[in-house]
Amino acid sequence: MILAAAAPASPADAWLERAPLLLRDALTGWLPDALRPWVAALLSIATILGVFGLLFAYMTLAERKILGRIQNRPGPNRTGPFGLLQPFADAIKALTKEDIVPRAADQVLHFLAPVVLVALSLIGLAVIPFGRNLVAVELEASVLYFFAAGAATELSIFMAGWASRNKYSLLAAMRALAQLISYEVPLLLSMVPVVVVAGSLSTTGIVAAQGGWAAGVWPHWHALTPWGFSAFGVFMVAALAESNRSPFDLPEAESELIAGHLTEYSGFKYALFFMAEYLGMAALSAMGVTLFLGGWQAPLAVLEFIPSYVWFGMKLLLLLLGFIWIRATFPRLRIDQLTRLSWKFLVPLALVNLVNGGLWAVTSDWTGAAGVARWVVSALLVVVPFVVLGRSLTAGYGPRTYRYASP
Amino acid sequence: MMLPDPAATGLARVRKIEGAALGLRTPAFAPEEGAGDLLEVSLGPHHPSTHGVFRMDVVLDGERIVRLKPVFGYLHRNHEKLGEGTSYLGSMPYTDRLDYLNSMTNNWAYALAVEKLAGIPVTERAEYVRVILAELSRLLNHTCLAGFLMQDCGCSGTPLMYAFREREKILDLFESLSGSRMMCNFQRFGGCRVDPSAEWLAATRTLVDGYGAFLDEFEALLSGNEIVMARTQGVGRLPAALAVNAGVTGPMLRASGVGHDLRKVDGYGVYPRFNFRVPIGRDGDVYDRYMVRMLEMRESISILDQALRGLPGGPILDPKAKQRGLRPKAGEAYGRIEGPKGEIGFFLVSDGTGNPTRYRVRAPSFVNLTILEDLCLGHSVADAVIILGSIDIVLGEVDR
Repeated sequence: MILAAAAPASPADAWLERAPLLLRDALTGWLPDALRPWVAALLSIATILGVFGLLFAYMTLAERKILGRIQNRPGPNRTGPFGLLQPFADAIKALTKEDIVPRAADQVLHFLAPVVLVALSLIGLAVIPFGRNLVAVELEASVLYFFAAGAATELSIFMAGWASRNKYSLLAAMRALAQLISYEVPLLLSMVPVVVVAGSLSTTGIVAAQGGWAAGVWPHWHALTPWGFSAFGVFMVAALAESNRSPFDLPEAESELIAGHLTEYSGFKYALFFMAEYLGMAALSAMGVTLFLGGWQAPLAVLEFIPSYVWFGMKLLLLLLGFIWIRATFPRLRIDQLTRLSWKFLVPLALVNLVNGGLWAVTSDWTGAAGVARWVVSALLVVVPFVVLGRSLTAGYGPRTYRYASP
Repeated sequence: MMLPDPAATGLARVRKIEGAALGLRTPAFAPEEGAGDLLEVSLGPHHPSTHGVFRMDVVLDGERIVRLKPVFGYLHRNHEKLGEGTSYLGSMPYTDRLDYLNSMTNNWAYALAVEKLAGIPVTERAEYVRVILAELSRLLNHTCLAGFLMQDCGCSGTPLMYAFREREKILDLFESLSGSRMMCNFQRFGGCRVDPSAEWLAATRTLVDGYGAFLDEFEALLSGNEIVMARTQGVGRLPAALAVNAGVTGPMLRASGVGHDLRKVDGYGVYPRFNFRVPIGRDGDVYDRYMVRMLEMRESISILDQALRGLPGGPILDPKAKQRGLRPKAGEAYGRIEGPKGEIGFFLVSDGTGNPTRYRVRAPSFVNLTILEDLCLGHSVADAVIILGSIDIVLGEVDR
């Protein structure tokens, strides 16, 4: 991004805002010109691996702590102060455990599945703009790249289930495939109106389109428009399903399938699956922040002094907290209900939303009364399908009244 | 006696499962015409959702269950044969181990059988204390069941933890009264072992007064939850005719719409003095079984309230009632009560010696479990898990 003659007070010039760039320049400045981009790329990779590796470690702790608090118990608090060393204890345990591979398993696929899964979960992070000027790879169609990488992850879950040669794992693999096919569609469809409105397939372009404030206080984030709110909802529900999180954790439903595709894994490979789950969750949340919550943009102009990467981090953590909260609250869906929710609710909702987003893009120059009408029409296009589809989804279920036996 | 047509009542199915329960090797399963590739999976005995050491051999078409064979007996402890070699009092602590969540009601049913056999009168105060303990036990059992059922539905432990918080409070009461949290060994022939103190009664009063608020909180989280309703409504329907013919009792039976409650039918103890209602379901599915238990707990709170208010003074145990060395006249007796899981009954035959010549337990979990295949056929594995959870079994009682 070119900084065009910014005023001295511009937030982009603040020292903290530029700290990562300054650090990069300090580390690579002495290198010959030919080497510099390579080392810079390696630095980006190391940073992403380090930050998200640590995020994974402390997400597991945060999840256990928050689940514990929601459930009236303290959670892990024996390892280090407030249990802060628990992730490291877990890692040491996982690393030193015996790695058991069933004799009947497909040795190669059994080994490859967790490795491929982690790799695929990581590469999506390359195109996320974590802050102003903080994107590892600038691609023209980075959104497409992200979803292509994400779609491949459930295939490695299928690999794990198939290669284990265990009936529970096999059932889990079947469920994973059903889930993959069902939820890729709404996930992608919910993203399309964003591309239409922002006029860009690149993540930095989409974030830039969400800059500025209406009336100085209402950020131009997509989630704060009716169509964007609907798309954001569909996206996050599909993201829950794509990352196999409760209430869509069917492939590893422990009350039904022991541990699903993880049944025959132990030690560090088992830990790798968890790492992939949390990385996938973080990557999808990061994409949600980028597409709908203004990326690294501050919610208010007066708050711009806080560096952009801090804003990004805060939004990301907020979404991740939502994942944990949902896990602590809801029971699990059944596989047919899971697919029905996708095909009969999320997909139609996302399709209507395509029209909605298109209208929004066409009417972008409407102001005054027409501007109000634009909001009303867009809101109606969200609420009406939501109510109608929701009614048909929950038809046949409902609270009941009970009789008492006559004495 | 004329037996009804097995096909009309669904009894044919019940008979078949009895064969399976005996461990008979059935011939290899012949797939139906048009069925896809079938997968036989053994759910258990080390499966996390079988509530103990219980196994379901299921044959799956995709995820749909086309055959299910319950296999139990892993926890068989020779309970009934041991009862024949033990004195009447000596069997009392063994009954704790049947349904280990509800030792209080097991004790009561056994004491009732012996009291009938030997003609021992029960003191007034003990009758009230028995009602209080039985209803506390019902609260404990149903609360745990709801927690486990939601765990089977895939909640990550939250409802279970809230349920266990309340369970601990009741177990604390049991412990302070009997000295043991779960293995209470509390009833005696003609009364109870210990007289509850005023402090204990005050603590019970506090618990009873607060329990309604807990149920409100619990139900606010779960009973109206769309996912819970979608998972449980219409799943595992038990028709009233099959329930009656298979001998299903307790909340399972009432959820199918049959208002049969031994507290009303037999009116044992001092239950006729209390004012309470018997909730019944209509569809007999998992949701009805859950809700009937929830409503039953509200009635239990009302009974507890009345019993605590009306608790008379006097001795808790008739000092003349013989405990050790009891030798009832030759004869037989069947004592049954409405346990939290259904009709828990003890059948005793005496030949005039210190031990019963026949000691038989009618375990509600065991009888209720026999219709498992009927409930599960056509549903998915995920449903089978919650159907099993809604039957409310304890393997200590099933296998004995």
